[in-house]
Amino acid sequence: MTETLPMAGAAANVNLAGLARNDYRGAPSTLCQGCGHNSISNQIVSALYEMNIVPEDVVKFSGIGCSSKSPTYFLNRSFGFNSLHGRMPSIATGALFGDQRLKGIGVSGDGDSASIGMGQFKHVMRRNVNMLYIIENNGVYGLTKGQFSATAEKGLQLKKQGKNLYQPVDICMEAFTSNATFIARSFAGNPKQVKELLKAALAHEGIAVLDIISPCVTFNNQDTAYHSYTWGKTHEEPLHEISYIAPRAEIMLEREMEEGETREVAMHDGSIIVLKNLEKGYDTTNRFEALRAMEEAQQNGWLLTGLLYLDTTKPTLTQMYDLVDTPLNRLTEAELRPERAMIDKVNALMF
Amino acid sequence: MNKIINDFSITVGTVNGSGSSTANNTILRAIFKMGVPVSGKNLFPSNIQGLPTWYTIRANKNGFIAHHEHRDIVIAMNPASFARDLESVIPGGAFYYADDIKLPITRTDIAIYPMPIKAIIRGDATIPANFRDLVSNMVYVGILAQMINLDMDKILAALTFHFKGKQKPIDMNFNALKAGAEWAKANLEKKDPFYIEPMNKTDGLIMADGNTAAALGSIFGGVQFLAWYPITPATSIAESLNEYLPQLRKREDGKQTYAVVQAEDELAALGMCIGAGWSGLRSMTNTSGPGLSLMTEFAGLAYYTEVPVVIWDVQRIGPSTGLPTRTSQGDLTFAYFIGHGDSQSVILLPGDVFECFEFGWRSFDVAEHMQTPVFVLIDLDMGTNQWISKPFEYPEEPMDRGKVLTEKDLEALAGNWGRYLDKDGDGIGYRTFPGNKHPSSSYFTRGTGHDEYAKYSEEADVYYRNMERLKRKQETAKQYVPAPVLHSMKGATVGIIAYGSTEAAVLEAQYQLDKEHGIKSDFMRIRALPFTREVDKFLAKYDQIFIVEMNRDGQMDQILKTEYAQFAPKFKSVAFGDGMPASAKWVREGILAKYENNIKKVSSNQKSMVSKKAAPAKKSVAKKAVAKKPSAKKTPTKAVTGSRSRTKRK
Repeated sequence: MTETLPMAGAAANVNLAGLARNDYRGAPSTLCQGCGHNSISNQIVSALYEMNIVPEDVVKFSGIGCSSKSPTYFLNRSFGFNSLHGRMPSIATGALFGDQRLKGIGVSGDGDSASIGMGQFKHVMRRNVNMLYIIENNGVYGLTKGQFSATAEKGLQLKKQGKNLYQPVDICMEAFTSNATFIARSFAGNPKQVKELLKAALAHEGIAVLDIISPCVTFNNQDTAYHSYTWGKTHEEPLHEISYIAPRAEIMLEREMEEGETREVAMHDGSIIVLKNLEKGYDTTNRFEALRAMEEAQQNGWLLTGLLYLDTTKPTLTQMYDLVDTPLNRLTEAELRPERAMIDKVNALMF
Repeated sequence: MNKIINDFSITVGTVNGSGSSTANNTILRAIFKMGVPVSGKNLFPSNIQGLPTWYTIRANKNGFIAHHEHRDIVIAMNPASFARDLESVIPGGAFYYADDIKLPITRTDIAIYPMPIKAIIRGDATIPANFRDLVSNMVYVGILAQMINLDMDKILAALTFHFKGKQKPIDMNFNALKAGAEWAKANLEKKDPFYIEPMNKTDGLIMADGNTAAALGSIFGGVQFLAWYPITPATSIAESLNEYLPQLRKREDGKQTYAVVQAEDELAALGMCIGAGWSGLRSMTNTSGPGLSLMTEFAGLAYYTEVPVVIWDVQRIGPSTGLPTRTSQGDLTFAYFIGHGDSQSVILLPGDVFECFEFGWRSFDVAEHMQTPVFVLIDLDMGTNQWISKPFEYPEEPMDRGKVLTEKDLEALAGNWGRYLDKDGDGIGYRTFPGNKHPSSSYFTRGTGHDEYAKYSEEADVYYRNMERLKRKQETAKQYVPAPVLHSMKGATVGIIAYGSTEAAVLEAQYQLDKEHGIKSDFMRIRALPFTREVDKFLAKYDQIFIVEMNRDGQMDQILKTEYAQFAPKFKSVAFGDGMPASAKWVREGILAKYENNIKKVSSNQKSMVSKKAAPAKKSVAKKAVAKKPSAKKTPTKAVTGSRSRTKRK
């Protein structure tokens, strides 16, 4: 621990990776003013900056929709692939085989993941692809100007659509039944929690689903709508206060957590997330409890936020394949083409 | 009776799922090992157990082993197809049948051989009761072997290969087979003219199916990623990769340099492949028509974002689900124009098993050089049937990974590059791979409009410029795709164009047209789209050009007419699709029906496809694998350009 950390109160222009906050920024947003998505983009920048993650070690992915535009607005220095509507998971699955050391950050929406992309969403969960999968969830299609998405609550009224007749899809529940290994929900109006959950998700190895209620200020922000700022603020039921503590951070750990009320979870990279339980004693690693909590929130109309479920025991997709240490996309012809003598062996295998 | 030696077909009618494929392959392989050119075609239903299925073998001393209408020898094991099978034997032919089928024999113009298969099996004490059904097909192989003089040593070699040297099943099957042969020797009197006699025309050749060859070629091309979804008849490409990758890419540390993922559907399969191709891996998928339909959306993305990926389409006959177990060349126009908006694909068209192997590795070079999806179209017949082939050859060219910038390159450029900048004027930009640590290595790939630096743009001139560059790239592709193969004839007056698995049928028809009708032709087998300069020249040369293909609408003809409108009046489409492999008969009759002889004025009323259609039951089935050029025929064959010199990148 000889490394010099930024002094408290000093002008910290660069992080431990030697990068300034600016190195994490993207192009200016073209989304609406006040859109929850912009706030999430800002928290992504903060989380990565504070975690000293080098942008070149991250690959961004998205599908189609307002949310899927947002990867342009952070991490200019990272590779990115803005793919097709609902198809981000398959692109990410293949791309992350190129270099298994890379971390994926996917940004999708409720239309992109819960409607057209539901199939791929569920399969990327069961494969435990090593990526943070953010769903900026607003219950509405923004780019096509205000149609219901599959997460819109039953009975919601929209200007040109009338009333929504169908039951909503619960993204966390879908992730849960597909065996996702990190499932969290947050609210764009609670940026501190968003950031801490982002950090925890980035420290997780495997798929980390983060369902963030992110109100659409243009098409779905009526005070009574589930995906609105007002509703979210009055109905949010955080499970716990979450703090992310970096791997080497005994020195900055503020021991203010209530004894007996806190739960510490060790992540793969040696970091710790500290969950300060609020009213309910909640075990994030207990599947039964997670299911009960989600069901209870659904029935009571709560916006239950926090880390709902965590399993740090499962291997990621690329770990399951026992790949060579060198990233596959750096292998040379000598390592990929069988040697000349093998052709005789092959011909001998034929009749 | 005059003997007919090494020139006949054998058709076996069985019940699907009864385990006859081991028996039929044994006949095929024994004939092959006796040095006689031979082909085998499996005509099977889309069903696991119960429906009628046929296997047809054609042996031909001259090497003509395409699908063949005549059924010289028929073996009937299936009551459900018995009447039809009996009817299909040519006069003077031979009919073997399992004598527990108690149906009327209505023919007197053929040799009839009842086979007491059950009695023979029960009479062999070495066969356990619970294995009787399994090996009973071997009895007809034994009877046939005795009657047409198959060499028992070659049969044993075939069984040893099939059972990978496992003594127990080899013995059990061989014993059943010998019991059949001994019974035939003691009880049957030869009343038909068909015999196999040893030759040396298959020396040094191998026998393989196209799907296996494709998988092996891909391994020699350094495949790193396969994502796929099961579909008939493409599945065995993935299964062969699963089988051979661990053997051929084995490392001392036991770790993998590749990954195979079975996706949830074809959309995800191609999506994963595009992700992998984008991140710098040699990436491929295998599918058939319905799967290709699902991949359309992603194919357009790969074209527009310029991601290399190889897509093998083992064609079956459509539209829709169509006939899943029958062959076709019906996906050509679809693959060529796949996706909405303006797009054109690079397509490779292997003509035999040898080329399936070669294009297995070459397709990656083309895809990575051109930075575009490459479609390799074969068909069920080539992909899943056993064909005679020259031994596979090791790639003599180093891998072409295309234009890729590493950290060092970017340092030299001081980070000054643009993903879609056309630095070299060939329409191909430079790319970087995720994981590149240079701070200016990254770019943002998108299926939306983008400029030379991959930035989002809706500007009209930027869009136009990009699309014109993509068109230029397609021009460049002509230098990198395989040139056609020309089978020319001295004094040729007409041209024939074909592609893929029809080669054997066309070569035989070309020979017949010359010998029986005095029509001399040059035959160009196209091996890729976009068309190369050799095609331009060929089309300019003849007054009549017959375009032969296995589909209803003449898809190659349509594309040629679009791209060579000036020659369109000379094109005569000879297209036919009914799910059966091409035969010399329909190629010949199709050409004759449209042939115009200015001097003799041959009636256009010659027998055409119609006659083929009118008598489906008479059609026999054979195979068209031609490994060596038929020696009887004097058609010098040469590849116009075997391997092109490839211009170096950068």
